[in-house]
This record gives sequence, structure tokens and C-alpha cells, in this order.
Amino acid sequence: MSQGTDSQTATSRTGTSRAGASVDGWAFEGYEMVVGLEVHVELATATKLFSGSPNRFGDEPNTNIDPVTLGLPGALPVLNRRAVELAMKLGLALNCTVRRSTFARKNYFYPDMPKAYQISQYDEPICVDGWLDLPGGIRVGIERAHLEEDTGKSTHLGGSGGRIHGSDYSLIDFNRAGVPLVEIVSRPDIRTPDQARAYVAELRSILVAVGASDAKMEEGSMRVDANVSVRRPGAEFGTRCEIKNLNSVRSVGRAIEYEAQRQVGMLDAGEAIRQETRHWDENDGRTHTLRSKEDADDYRYFQEPDLVVVDPDPAWIERVRASLPVLPAARRDRLAEATGQPSDAEAVLVVTDRGQDDYVLAVAAAGGDAGRALVHVKEAFAEQGARPSVPAGDLAALTTMEGKGALTATQAKQVLAQLVAAGGGDPEAIAAAKGFEAMDTGELERMVDDAIAAQPDAWAKFCGGEGKAMGALVGAVMKASRGQADGKAVTRLLESRRTAG
Amino acid sequence: MAGTDSTTHDADGRGLPTAAVDIAWNVRNGVISAVDVIERHLGEIERREGEVHAFNLVLGDQARTRAAEIDTGVAAGDDMGPLAGVPVALKDNMCTRGIPTTCSSKILDGWTPPYDATVVSRLHDAGAVVIGKTNLDEFAMGSSTENSAFGATRNPHDTSRVPGGSSGGSAAAVAAGFAPLSLGSDTGGSIRQPAALCGVVGVKPTYGAVSRLGLVAFASSLDQIGPFANDVADAALLLEAISGHDPGDSTSIAGGPLHVGNELDWGVTGLRVGRITDLPAGASADVVARLEESFDALRDAGAEIVDVEVPAFTYGLSAYYLIAPAEASSNLARYDGVRFGLRVEAPDTNAMYAATRTAGFGAEVKRRIMLGTYALSAGYYDAYYGRALKVRRRIAADFAAAYERADVLLTPASPTVAFHLGDKTSDPMSMYLCDTYTIPSNLTGDPGMSVPFGTGDDGLPVGIQVLAPALQEGVMFRTAAELERRAPR
Amino acid sequence: MSDRITPEAVAKVAKLARLSLNDGELATATHQLSDMLDHFADIDALDLDGVEPMTHPTPIANVMRDDVEQLCLDRDEVLAAAPVAEDGRFRVPPIIGLDS
Ligand SMILES: [Mg+2]
Ligand SMILES: [Zn+2]
Repeated sequence: MSQGTDSQTATSRTGTSRAGASVDGWAFEGYEMVVGLEVHVELATATKLFSGSPNRFGDEPNTNIDPVTLGLPGALPVLNRRAVELAMKLGLALNCTVRRSTFARKNYFYPDMPKAYQISQYDEPICVDGWLDLPGGIRVGIERAHLEEDTGKSTHLGGSGGRIHGSDYSLIDFNRAGVPLVEIVSRPDIRTPDQARAYVAELRSILVAVGASDAKMEEGSMRVDANVSVRRPGAEFGTRCEIKNLNSVRSVGRAIEYEAQRQVGMLDAGEAIRQETRHWDENDGRTHTLRSKEDADDYRYFQEPDLVVVDPDPAWIERVRASLPVLPAARRDRLAEATGQPSDAEAVLVVTDRGQDDYVLAVAAAGGDAGRALVHVKEAFAEQGARPSVPAGDLAALTTMEGKGALTATQAKQVLAQLVAAGGGDPEAIAAAKGFEAMDTGELERMVDDAIAAQPDAWAKFCGGEGKAMGALVGAVMKASRGQADGKAVTRLLESRRTAG
Repeated sequence: MAGTDSTTHDADGRGLPTAAVDIAWNVRNGVISAVDVIERHLGEIERREGEVHAFNLVLGDQARTRAAEIDTGVAAGDDMGPLAGVPVALKDNMCTRGIPTTCSSKILDGWTPPYDATVVSRLHDAGAVVIGKTNLDEFAMGSSTENSAFGATRNPHDTSRVPGGSSGGSAAAVAAGFAPLSLGSDTGGSIRQPAALCGVVGVKPTYGAVSRLGLVAFASSLDQIGPFANDVADAALLLEAISGHDPGDSTSIAGGPLHVGNELDWGVTGLRVGRITDLPAGASADVVARLEESFDALRDAGAEIVDVEVPAFTYGLSAYYLIAPAEASSNLARYDGVRFGLRVEAPDTNAMYAATRTAGFGAEVKRRIMLGTYALSAGYYDAYYGRALKVRRRIAADFAAAYERADVLLTPASPTVAFHLGDKTSDPMSMYLCDTYTIPSNLTGDPGMSVPFGTGDDGLPVGIQVLAPALQEGVMFRTAAELERRAPR
Repeated sequence: MSDRITPEAVAKVAKLARLSLNDGELATATHQLSDMLDHFADIDALDLDGVEPMTHPTPIANVMRDDVEQLCLDRDEVLAAAPVAEDGRFRVPPIIGLDS
């Protein structure tokens, strides 16, 4: 049930939501998978983590550069307060403790890493020990969330074209270098591909809700790595492999599914799993060895002498906590309560993700039927933002008419379509204009009697207990009423005629 | 009016004031012309730079243009600042926009920074005239200025000897009269030791008192820019002009410029001057004799001489030569042939890195990069780098204790007077020992300065180091001024 | 001569630092680094348990800048100083055998 496409997952969780709700574990030949996710998100700041050049996607190559970004001799980093605040914000939203933190240098040579070291929080991250509750009630622990700088972008040219191997040369653009990232590291609490997808989707909604990031996987502002291992339930953790290049919620699910089965296959064949970094290939649907632990670099971490301790005082932390909006989970519960739906119901998840939950509550506040409003908003407001053009009062009036049986479901849909098209209006008037005035029972009874008179044998079969004979009679009434009759009312009349007769 | 006519001096500028304080006052008030001052110093460079080689680059034309600008400003009635018309030489590891900055390394040969170091902007705002970029040990790694890709600098007092290092070019420039003021950088003694060997004043301010923005990093937690001058008053003038908080340097100390100049004549009566009883051995007899005389001189001036112990002093060298190379190995990783400077082509990027760095760095730089990489590498961090950081804390604690009992401490700035070129090049350790007495204040962040105090063997200058607690430059300068007044002639 | 560091270790360090050493240079470097490490071994005698490592000379905290755009460098000026540039970007040889 969870085939969200890349574009869908970027805009809504359609297709991944119910996956998150599923608690039934993944099992393959008696093994369970153990998954932890490392998610990198680009923070929505105006400037870079350590310098004043713009943090902007899609500009001309090497236009957002300064001495710090390029790692020029003599350049010095100065920390962006807004980036720290956003990191604190999302840490608090993930129930983390915000602590005294420091920056370290991770030393390695790579052409898109200007200084040949990445400034990253290492042994003293700013956020630790939190958790994320998935819709459906599974809790995934958050080990840490730390600040670090992004790298530049390499484009590989010539040779086999576009791929790093066999390319003739590479071109480097440093616009992205120094863009603030938060790396969110989960505990190995994930047990199914559905949970992994739900974790990513839920994390994304939180990031967007607190304004920390636009979290667009297709633009690379949210990037996921997965640590996957398998084990017999209850046994020790197995050897894990880190999977890189997961560019959509969908590939997260596919990749860990494939990787877990690959590992089970190796174990069944009596082979040992090698700890390594593997690359997910979206095209062939497999993971491939990138590098093994043996040839892993020696990063020589040490504390960054050019930066000082970040030690937020309690007052600052509380100010940030106070600035948090109502988080998606709480908003879903609120909507669920108002509509009488379970909080992980598809409609609740989708409408909350679109930010239309407040609108549904407004409809209820205007005296409308929240349950009906939820369905209408999910079905008819997909193109609308958090503030639909249809005034809440108008939708409320519509749901009230439905409640009174004044409109059939078909008619209600047509009126709603008209409201959406016109950006509001009086449902009563629209219904009238469409000639939807509910016919009085007298007229309906006459139509029913006409139908009985016109089809005596159908009536006899019906009275003889042949339920399906009723179809012909109802059909006749519908025909006579040009589809405006209320099916339920017609059935009720036929039943009463039979018991009476 | 730029009144050159109001003073009398010949074509070579003889007759013009020589002290920076006097030059600035006279230019600022239109008594003498900044152009005449520059011509005088360019003349000195013309005469002796060939044998001294203090400069990587002399900025004759830029300096003339800038000097004319100053004179015009003065004539227009503008206040051109506390360093109006004063020629200043810059160590060639400070970024100057559009002007080559090489660190005396092949790997940066021909690179021109697109921005100015903060000290360079401050010199400009103060009305100074940058006269050239001075030679140094490559990336400031050395104590003799022999490790330069562009040839050694020689000591103006005896050109068969070294000027010390790594700021040897800046020290020699002042000693030779090429400029009344210069800036150097001091990571383990690179201002104070060459100042001592060249017989000039050299100051390593409190870490964070002068911005490091635009100073090409050697060891970030130790580097500090400071002045060279012919006397204590001129050093104070330059320090006041370049110090003060810079939001562009996260380690810059909050607060305005240091004020030291007005304390110079206060004397040392009642001041507690510490003699370190467990000072590491190694100083030659002539230097030790001058140190004893310096204590006597201050006692005569009314100071109280107190004995203090600094047990961890002796571990400074080891801690320093693990910490500084470790930071350097990371700071110098950016010289990779991708974005600026030298590139030696190779079939793939990884090979290009090695080809470029192997060809671009000199032997001493490679040695320290390897030492530092080792000290940080997996399995050795705790035994070397981690341990050195704890020793550093211990040294800071011992000095803090000593400063409970003394206001300032005196030591030699250098174990010996200037040595001959080549004396120590074959044995790196012997060169490292030159820093024995200067290193601790880089580790602690406290200020230190070298002031000339008589001569030693072969009539060569000896420098006494005055050490003080963080941000106590005032009392440090006061003490240095008293030593200057009482120096043996 | 001291053997505090092996030629193998020196070779590994040189590789990490992207420096090439021929056999002679490797021998010299091994010798010199060993001598230095011998010298620096005096700190091994110190009891440093519970001593807090000192990474910065001055205990400053929370130095941050406002999230405000500053002027960028001119791309042409920067690329003119680059060893090799191509359509607005820095050009490098094929990237192989590198940990990204
Ligand atoms: Mg990671
Ligand atoms: Zn990361």
C-alpha cells in the first residue's frame, strides 16, 4: 500500500502514511531487519553556516562564494546564530536535550571540500537523546542532531558521462559549500521498510512545520543514509552496512528491503557480512560496494581552534522552545478528535500534511460537520494550500444541508465543485440554481407507487423476498426523478409498502 | 600645506625624524611630507636590501602613491591618523588585496589575495604606508628565516648570521632602517626571538588582542600578530593601532584597542618582578649575564625581585611541537592545487594532490605536517596530541600561580645571540630549542615582548623577554620601557 | 638511532598528508621524527589524570553572527587565480580512489 512516487513524497505523504501506521513487522526467512537512519537536512537560513554569502539553491555556479567558503588562506569562520537556533528548534521538536557543544575538524581530501576538512560537531553535538513517534505509535529514538557544513558540488564529465568512474575530469561549484546542515542520527529502532518511510515522512513534516528546512529530497536539501543489518529476533545486532544515495522516500524503502534480503541471503549461504558503505542504484534496484571499512580514511578529528564553545543558556533554550508551533502529531490528534477518525487515518494524515487541518476545525467551529468537512477537504482541496479559497462558513453550510438529507451525496459533490470553482458561495442558492431542491415525500411516494404499478411482477418478486428485484423498482424511481431522488429514502418507502401490504 | 620646507633635510632624507612617533606627529601636522619619509626609507632599502634580503616584495610605487595621498589629505586639513605617513613592513603571511602574499612558499607563489587582513585595513585607517612584504620561514615554520623558498634573510648587525625567525624579514627591516615599524606573527616566539637577535623591540600580544583574520594560519590556537619597532614607544603606537575586537575573528577578545603608550613613563617602583628559579637551562653565559643585570636594573629602579617557580615551563617545548604541527597539518591541507596557488598536473586528482604538495612545500613544512598528522592519527591521538593539550593546561596553571606572586616575569628571549647561517639547518631539534623561552606564552595566550638589553658575544644584541598575564600589556610595556632606559650602552 | 616511529608508520602518515617520499626521504623522515618523539617523551612522565585538555588559550563562548548576507567575491577574479577553470567552475583531473 505504499508506492509513493518521488514527486508525491516531496509534496505529501500520500502512499507512505498508512505504511507508517502498520505495526506488522518485516520478516524474511526468520530474520528481522535492524535499521538506523542518518538524515542530513539543509537549514533554511539566508546565509552559510560560517560566512555571509547566500544559502541559495540553483544560482549560477561559484557566485555565492567568499574567502571562508573557498577556504582561502587567512579566512576565518564565524558561526551563524540563526543556524544554531534552527538546530535547537528541530532538536526540541524531536524531544532532544540541547547541550553545550563544540565544533571539530574532520580532515580528508576531496576536491569539493575546500579546506580539506569539514567543520562538524563530533563528540559534543548540540542536540542529544530524543525520539520521534511515528503515526501508528512506533517510537524511534534520536541519538543526536548536530551542526555541520555542506560540501560543494562536483560534476563528472567526459568518458562514460555523468558517472564518477571513467570520467575524464570534474568541475567543482562551491555555491553549496558551507551551507548549514543538521545531521539527525536515529537509533537502530526501525524494523520495517514501512517504518523507515514513515520516519522520513514524519521527520520531513516536522522540519517543515518548525521552519528548519524545506526538506526537498529531490533538490537534495534532505538526504538519507541507512545503516542496515539483519538478525534472528532477539539476537545480537548483526554487522551493518551503510547505504548511501537514497534520493526519495520510495528508494529508502526499496533500498533497505533489498539490502536486508541480500544480507539474509549471505547468512543463509554461510557467508559473513562485511561492514562497508554501499551505494543504492535506483536503476538496477541493487546496492553496490562503495568502500569497505578497511580502506576507510583516518579523519584525525580535533577541536576546531578557530571557533569557540556554543553554550546556550536556559533562557535562550526556553525562548526557542516557546517559539515551537503545534507539531504534526498533535495537530493530527486534534483533527482526529474533532472528526471522530483515528489519528493515523489516511484523510487525517493527508489533510494535516497539507496544513488544512486548521481549516477543517474552522468549518466545525462555523457549525459544520467536521467529519464530512474532512472528507470534502481531502477529496476536493488537494490543489488548495493551508488557506483554502472557500470560506469555512460556506463549507459548513454545505455539510449542514447534507446532514439534513437536503442533498444527496452526488448533489453535494456538484455543489462543492461549484464552491471550489467560484471560491465560495451560498450552497442553498447553488443547489436551488441546479434544481436540487429536495423533493417533498409526497412527490416521492407518488413516484414509488407509479413504479410499483408499472412493474407488478418485480413488485411480486420483491414481496416474495427477492431482494434484487428491488433494483428495478428503485431504478424506475431514479429515472423518473432524473437521478435527484435519495436512494435510501426510496428503499425505505418500498420496505414500508411491503410490510404494509 | 605639506611643509617640507619647514624642516631641513638633505636629498637622502637625513634630518628627517626616524622614530615612528615623531614621523607620525610631524606628517599629521604637516611639518614634514610623507613622500619625503617614504623616499628616505626606499633609499635605505636601495642601499642595503641586496645584502640583507628582508623583503619578498618592495612596494615602491604603491607606497609613493599612498604617501602622496596622505600629504594631500593633510594639506586639505584632514586628520590622517596616528600612523600618518609612517612606513610599515608586513610579514608576507598577511593577506593584502591585489598584492602577492606568498608565506615564502612555492605553493603560494604568484597568489594575490582578493581581500585585506584586518590588520592591513587598520594600518590603512591609521594613515600608515605599507612599504613591502617581508621574508619569513615558509609558513612561519622556523627560527632563522633560512626556510624560505626565496632565500634566507640576513642579520643587519652581521650578514653572516641569521636574523632569527620566523619573522626574520620584519625584524631585519626595522633593524636595517628600511622601515621604522613592521608587523610579524608569533606562534612560538617568531616575533620575540628575531627581535632579540636583531636588537629591536618585538611584541607578542595577548592571544585574541589582535585579529587573526587574514593572517595565513600556521597554528590557529597559538598564532598572534604583533609589532616590531626600534623602541618601546614606537611598538606601543603600532600595537594600539592594530589591536581591538574584530567580529571577523571568533577568538578575538571583546573590547577596544589596548592602551599602553601612556604608562611608559610610570616606572616600576613597587612592581613585583619574578625570577623563575626553575627556568629551563640552555641559555649561553653572555645571555644569562644580561638577564642578571636586567634584574639588578629593575631593582635599582625600585622594583621588588621575587623568586617564583614554574615547574611545567620545561614541558612547553614538547607540548608545543605536538600541538602546533597538529593544527598546522590541518591548516595546510587546503593547499591542494584546486582553487588557488601551485598545481602540478597528474592523471587523477589524488595524484595531483601529492604532486602539488610534494613540489610546493619545503622540507621543514613537510616535516611538521607529518609530525602533526601522526600526532592526530588513529591510535596516537591520546598519547601525543591529547596529552600535549593536558600539559598545556598544566603550564597555564603554573603561570597563573606565578602571577599570584609576581606582576611580570623576566627570561631570555633567545638562548643565544644571532648564530651563523647553516649552524642549525642540519638538525631540526637544535633549531626548535631556540623557542624554549618564548613558547610558553603562546600555549597560555599571555603576552610577552623582547626588549634589547646590551650585547653579548661578538657585540651582538641580547633581548630580555618580559612576560605578563593576559591583557596586562600595560605593566609589560612599563617594565620594558624601564629596561630600555637602563640598558647598558 | 631511536625507533619510536617505524618507516611504515611514516609512509602511512605521508600518504594521509598527500606527500610523496622517496626511499631516502622516508629514511631521513623516520630518523628525524623518531628523534623528535624521543625529545617530546619527557611529558610521558607527567601524571595528567583528571587534567582538562586546553584547546583554546581564552575561554570565550557563544560568538555568533547575524544571519545577514555579505558581499560575495567576484567569480571572474577568483577563477582567474585558479590553476584551471572551465565554464564558471574549478576543473580537476578525474576523481578516483578518494573517500567522499
Ligand atoms: Mg554520518
Ligand atoms: Zn554528516
